[in-house]
Amino acid sequence: MISAVLFWFLAVVATAAGIAVFRVDSMARATYALAVSFVAVGVMLLLFNLEYIGVITILMMVMEMAIMGIFMIMFMGMNPALMPMSMVHNKRGSAILAGGVFVGLATAVLLVPWPERRGTPVADLTESLGETIMGSKMLVMLTVSPVLFATLVAAIVLANPRGRYDRFGDDLRRRPPAGPGEGDRR
Amino acid sequence: MTLEVVLIASAALFCVGLYGALSQQVVVMVMMGLELMLNGVILAAAGLWWFLAPAPDGQVLLLVVITAMTVEMAMGFAVATLLHRSRESDMTDMATDLSG
Repeated sequence: MISAVLFWFLAVVATAAGIAVFRVDSMARATYALAVSFVAVGVMLLLFNLEYIGVITILMMVMEMAIMGIFMIMFMGMNPALMPMSMVHNKRGSAILAGGVFVGLATAVLLVPWPERRGTPVADLTESLGETIMGSKMLVMLTVSPVLFATLVAAIVLANPRGRYDRFGDDLRRRPPAGPGEGDRR
Repeated sequence: MTLEVVLIASAALFCVGLYGALSQQVVVMVMMGLELMLNGVILAAAGLWWFLAPAPDGQVLLLVVITAMTVEMAMGFAVATLLHRSRESDMTDMATDLSG
């Protein structure tokens, strides 16, 4: 009973904070609202006894929101907590589409005859998750690792302002100068 | 607490994120919308796992979704940085070169 009430409360907090992300008038407040939404979902995961997943969701998202705040200050070039902003397009169409998707999903959720629960969770879910990813589901981890490494490389390459056409010219034949002097050009 | 309640809550989160991803002009705000959508997916996956088949394997799916969020964040920030460096802008409307 207590867990049900707590879940309802957290669901309302998560959704309200999610709505607040796009309603508040500054990016700093939007970042905090998104962090609140993620923390609420992380606590909901703890209600399902998913201690490991819930805790890493909370930790990761709080850190991510902190980084997001830094990026906003960097790109917007202002104090984002004080500067009102409203930068939207096609607000009405987006709201209609999102509302329609919600009605469709909610209808499907209520109409689908969900099957009975099969099996019961083990006592220590964190230990069983560790054994699973180091055993029968190791392929998932083996796939995730290079994907994350490729993401790091791709993000650095993408964010680099000087590509090969900047360095070698449009025909890729120009060589970089040997030194900073005028006579060092090749 | 039933599966239906969990799924409706996750659908609400997903649709709020969908609204944000479609309506916002700033790249970082679009990323926030995408993050909210994945937030809903995590909650739905956790609810389905708990109420239908709470085997240890199901938790691996949640890890994959969290990884997808990480990748989305890293690539989104890289795109935002590139856009800002090349065009002095962080708006999606300034990067419509490929639109038909």
